[in-house]
Amino acid sequence: MSNIAVRVEDIGKQYNIFTENIKYQTLRDKIVETVKSPLKMLLNPTGSQKFWALRHVSFELEHGQVMGVIGKNGAGKSTLLKILSRVAEPTEGIAEIHGRVGSLLEVGTGFHPELTGRENIYLNGAILGMKRTEIDRKFDEIVAFSEIDKFLDTPVKRYSSGMYMRLAFAVSAHLEPEILVVDEVLAVGDAEFQRKCLGKMSDVASEGRTVMFVSHNMSAIQRLTQECIVLEKGQMIMRAPTAKAVDYYLTHDFESGGEHKYTKDEIPANARPFKPIAVRVKTAKGITTDNQISTEPITVEVEYSLDSNITGLRIGIYLMTSRGEFVFTSFDTDEPSKFEHYRVRKAGHYVSRCVIPADTLNEGRFVIGINASSYMVKRYFGDERALNFNVNSTGAPGMQWVEVRSGPMRPRLDWEIKEVRS
Amino acid sequence: MKTAVKEIKKTPDVVIIQPSKGWVSLRLRDLWLYRELIYFLTWRDLKVRYKQSVLGVFWAVLKPFMNMVVFSIFFGSLAKMPSDGVPYPLFYFVGSLPWALFGDSLSVASRSLVSHGNMVSKIFFPRLIIPLSSVMASVVDFLISFVILGGLMIYYKYAPTIYALWLPLLMLLALITSLGVGFWTSALMVRYRDVGYILPFVTNLWMFITPVLYSASMIPEKWKVLYSLNPMTGVVEGFREALLGTPPALSPLLMGLSVLISLIMFVSGMFYFRRMEKQFADMI
Repeated sequence: MSNIAVRVEDIGKQYNIFTENIKYQTLRDKIVETVKSPLKMLLNPTGSQKFWALRHVSFELEHGQVMGVIGKNGAGKSTLLKILSRVAEPTEGIAEIHGRVGSLLEVGTGFHPELTGRENIYLNGAILGMKRTEIDRKFDEIVAFSEIDKFLDTPVKRYSSGMYMRLAFAVSAHLEPEILVVDEVLAVGDAEFQRKCLGKMSDVASEGRTVMFVSHNMSAIQRLTQECIVLEKGQMIMRAPTAKAVDYYLTHDFESGGEHKYTKDEIPANARPFKPIAVRVKTAKGITTDNQISTEPITVEVEYSLDSNITGLRIGIYLMTSRGEFVFTSFDTDEPSKFEHYRVRKAGHYVSRCVIPADTLNEGRFVIGINASSYMVKRYFGDERALNFNVNSTGAPGMQWVEVRSGPMRPRLDWEIKEVRS
Repeated sequence: MKTAVKEIKKTPDVVIIQPSKGWVSLRLRDLWLYRELIYFLTWRDLKVRYKQSVLGVFWAVLKPFMNMVVFSIFFGSLAKMPSDGVPYPLFYFVGSLPWALFGDSLSVASRSLVSHGNMVSKIFFPRLIIPLSSVMASVVDFLISFVILGGLMIYYKYAPTIYALWLPLLMLLALITSLGVGFWTSALMVRYRDVGYILPFVTNLWMFITPVLYSASMIPEKWKVLYSLNPMTGVVEGFREALLGTPPALSPLLMGLSVLISLIMFVSGMFYFRRMEKQFADMI
C-alpha cells in the first residue's frame, strides 16, 4: 500500500445560484417558476443559473503532510473541505480518503446552550464521531485544555464567548483523526486562544498526522504548513512550497495601478450592511499608483458605504510584506476621540484615510489587507489581500550602499555619533 | 512519528467520495457504527426538554391527562359517543396513547432536519440518524403516560388481557409508521418549508380517520378494507383489544394489510431520504 492519505481526482462541485441565494423554495415559488419556465428557457437557453464552485481540482496528499489551502473569498476552499469531510457531495470527480477524517469546519456545532459543559463534551464528541469510551479517556485532557474545570456543571449558555470557544475547540482538537481538515477556526477568539489553537495544531502536525488547513491568516499558514495549494474561482492554480504559494497569492494579478474596486461577486452576502467600494494607495501629490516612494508619505484610502447604522464599526488596514509577514495593523478609530465620535457610524458613503509617514517602509512589495468589524460583535468584511504596491527606496537612508537592507521598514532615524573619552 | 504511521496502515478503511446517482444503498452499517450518536441525541432531547420548566417530566403525564378530561367531557358526556361498553375516559385514553406517540413522533421527525440544519451543513454523519433519534424522546413520553393508564385501569377495574404481550409490537408499528412518513416529510421539508404548514392539518385529518375518538366498530363493513389501509387503525384498535378486551374490529388479514402498508412506507421513506440526502447540506 502506498503512503497516500488523500487522493483527489478532477473534483468538481456545481451549485445552483438560485438555491444558493434563496436557500429553499416554497411550493408557490415552484409553481410560479414552472409557469414561467418556458419563457425562461427562451430567454436563458444556456441555463447559466448554475455555477461551478470548484472544478478540475486534483492532488495527492501523503500521510503526515500538512497542507494549506489559500484563496480569496468564494475561491472554493470551504467547498473543497466540505467535500473531503463528506458533508457535501461532489458533482463530478472522485476522492479517496485513507483513514478517519476529522473536521473542524466550525467548532461547537451541536453544542446545546441549555446543557452543561460536561454534557456538551459528550454530545459534541458523539456528533464528531467519537465513541463514548474514547471521550471518557480524553475527558480530563479536554477539560484541562479548555480551562473550564470550575464551570463544568454550568450550562454553556452562561459561558463567556471565550470559554465557549475554548471548550468547543478542545473537543474537536482531541478527536485524533488520521486526517484533520480545518477551516478558519482562528477567525474567532482572542489572541491567547489563537495562540493555543495554533500550538495544538502544530502538535497534531508534528505527531505525523495529515492536516489540511484553510486560513486567511498568512502567518498561521506559514507557521503550520510546508506546502499550499492556491485556489482561484474554483480552480486549483498552483501547488507549491508555502513561501512561494503565499507570495504568489498575495501579489499576482495586481496590475491594478494602486486601486482595487470591489465587484459584486467579491462581496459576500453576510457583509451587509457594510459594502466595500474601493481601496487605494496614493502618493503625496494625490496620484493613485502602485509605485510608491519610500521617502514620501503614502496615503491609504478605504472607500465604503453603509446601508444602515453600525455600532462600534472600525475599519482596519493590515500592512504585510509579500511573504505574508505583518508589518503593522491600524484602525480608523484607534484614537480615543475618534472612537467616541464614531460610536455609531450612520448609514452613508465614507472614505477612511490614513497616511503612512515618509521614511517608514523599506523597498519591496507590500500588501494591504482591510477589515471592517465591530469589536467582539461581528466581522463584516475582510480582504487580506485588498491591494498591493511597490515601494521604491530612491533617496532613502543608506542608499550609498547598494546591499539589500533586511526588514520591512527603513526609518530615517536620528543618529548621534559621539566620541567617548574615558 | 513512526508509530503513528504504522497505526494508520493498520486501518486501511478507504473512503471513496464520488457523486451518487439516483437511488442509493441505505448504508445501514454506517448507521450501526454511529448508534451511540442516536443515544446521545435522544438523551439531549430529553434533558433539554424539561430543563427550564418547573413541572419537568410531570408535563409528559399532564398533557395526555388534560386531553382526556376535555375529550371525555365533549365526546363522552355531551355527545355520548358509543365506546364498546367501556367508560369513555378509559376508552379514549387507551386509543390516544399510541396516537400521541404517532402524532408527536411525526411532528418532531418532520421538523428534525431543518432544526438540525447547522449540524447537517457542517458535519458528516449518517443523516438518517436525525429523524431516527428525534422520535426516541416521544417514546419515553409514551412510556411515562402508562402511569396514568395504570391509574385509570385500577379506577375503572379493568385488567389487561393476555394480548397485552402484543403491545411492544404495536408500539413499534406506530413508530415505524411515523418514521416512514417522517422520512418523507423531513426530506421534503428541506426543500419545501410548506410541508411544515401542511403537516399539522394532515395529522388532524388523519386522527379523524383513525378510531381514537370513536370505535372502529362504527365503520360499516363495506368500508372496512379501505379503512384498514390506515396503519394507525390497526395499532389503536390493537391497543384497545389488548388492554380492554374490546372485540377485534379488524380481521387478522386486514391487520396484516395495515402492517404491510406501514412497512412499505418505512422502507420507501428511507430510500427516498437517502436519495435526497446529498442535497441536504447545500439546501438547508
